[in-house]
Amino acid sequence: MRPSVILRETASGLRRNLSMAVSVILVTMISMYLLGLGLLANRQVDTMKDYWYDRVQVSVFLCVEGSQYPACAGKATTPEQREQIRTQLEQMRPPVKDIYYESQAEAFKRFKEQFKNSPLGEQATERAFADSFRVSLTDPAKYDVIVSSFQGAPGVGRVQDQKQLLDRFFAFMNVVSWGAIALSGIMVLAAILLMSTTIRQTAFSRRRETGIMRLVGASNTTIQLPFILETLIAALLGSGMALGLLYATVHYGVSGYLSKTLLDTAFIGTPDVIAIGPIILGGVVLLAISTSWVTLRRYLRV
Amino acid sequence: MILFDKVTKTYAKSTRPALDEVSMEVERGEFVFVVGQSGSGKSTLLRLAIREQRATKGTVLVAGRDLRTLPDRRVPLLRREIGTVFQDFRLLPGKTVFDNVAFALQVIGKSRAVIRQTVPETLRIVGLDGKAKRYPHELSGGEQQRVAIARAIVNKPTILLADEPTGNLDPGTSEGIVSLLDRINRSGTTVLMATHDKGIVDDFDKRVVELVEGRIVRDEAHGVYGTSTSSLPTSSAEIADDAPTRKLRLPFSRGAQGPEASA
Repeated sequence: MRPSVILRETASGLRRNLSMAVSVILVTMISMYLLGLGLLANRQVDTMKDYWYDRVQVSVFLCVEGSQYPACAGKATTPEQREQIRTQLEQMRPPVKDIYYESQAEAFKRFKEQFKNSPLGEQATERAFADSFRVSLTDPAKYDVIVSSFQGAPGVGRVQDQKQLLDRFFAFMNVVSWGAIALSGIMVLAAILLMSTTIRQTAFSRRRETGIMRLVGASNTTIQLPFILETLIAALLGSGMALGLLYATVHYGVSGYLSKTLLDTAFIGTPDVIAIGPIILGGVVLLAISTSWVTLRRYLRV
Repeated sequence: MILFDKVTKTYAKSTRPALDEVSMEVERGEFVFVVGQSGSGKSTLLRLAIREQRATKGTVLVAGRDLRTLPDRRVPLLRREIGTVFQDFRLLPGKTVFDNVAFALQVIGKSRAVIRQTVPETLRIVGLDGKAKRYPHELSGGEQQRVAIARAIVNKPTILLADEPTGNLDPGTSEGIVSLLDRINRSGTTVLMATHDKGIVDDFDKRVVELVEGRIVRDEAHGVYGTSTSSLPTSSAEIADDAPTRKLRLPFSRGAQGPEASA
């Protein structure tokens, strides 16, 4: 059949079955919007990971008079010991990137600053803090090199790795974002079922035409293509609208509001929406074609 | 042109086969009436010929193709050589006469030029000159059937199958329709027409094949429809000979057919 005839059949099918087409468009839109949110949440976790892991530090706490750390045995680190630790750290570049010495007083001041709105900040005393070397690494995964070199060394109270704390946080965030994707999977299933029902209904309402087409010897492709195209067009419209919504959500909600309000973390932006666009559109094309093909195989036999 | 060789068709939920070891041959250019009561297997015979169904047993050859081995994707090509007409016309109500006929050509990929030339020609053949722009509901039953015939022959098929084409029409109109089929036949198209219209069969003096309960009981070169006295005893005798187990059922089936056939 000539393309013009197929397109005309497709257009007239969409016109006659407008309410069904609209329902496919809407369900596809909602399910793809949810799927998109899940994918974006996943990318947000990755973005935060990159941001935080770049800033992650290993702290080498030294001993002060009356330290709680068992390794200190209640004695302060001597200046010689401190200089030796610094030299040793300097020799470990890379993976050591930057070394920053933070004194007890500085650590106390920073804590007061961070918790100025919390009763924790008022109750803290300087004695609870210790001098420390803050070490950032070229590869945050190599923190165990620092731990094994300094844990138990003379004058070192404790070696603490921030990455372990972050790992727990990100593991939790990952579960949340994958959960969102799984939930959107249920919506996608609803979309598949609705597409299949719509095609069945359309095939039934057009059984007279398709019956005649079969009788006069139209090929299977000719008979089925308008149905597939109708579903495909409706699904593409729906996912296009979903992408528009996702773009608006990220543009106004994240870039326009969240990242201006919460300054100390990184957020996804509209390029992330553009990055997941092909995944969503490709998925919808695959979904619409395979669903209609399977449905038509069952309901439009030769 | 059409050959049935010991063809049996059994439907899944039926105990009696719809067609039972049917053998017949239709030569190129023949006109054949297939007669018989409702449920005798006429429609099944036609459905097997266009491969809408497959035979359970036996061979069906149509236009040089063995339908038993014909792959599904070649079925459309077979159907382009066969025109089909039904009792209920099966026209598309939203399309004009012209578009209904053109539809058959459009969906097999004929060009607009071919359609513009062939459709009016065909409408002239079936006697619908000047009615191209009418819609089906504006036409009489006979005219609607002429549209259906035009659609069936517009692609110049070698075979025309008609399943009770006069079933919904009054006798005068029926006569006109069968005359049209006769004219189409004279131009070289093989016509196979299933009917239980006694008047038509008797008037046209063609080959008559009679089916009773899925079996061919009569095949006459110049037949009449047959009456309860001429056709049924033959049939019961044959069936009784071939299938002794049927004997028990025959009185009932004959009893049921008797009044209808004589009425």
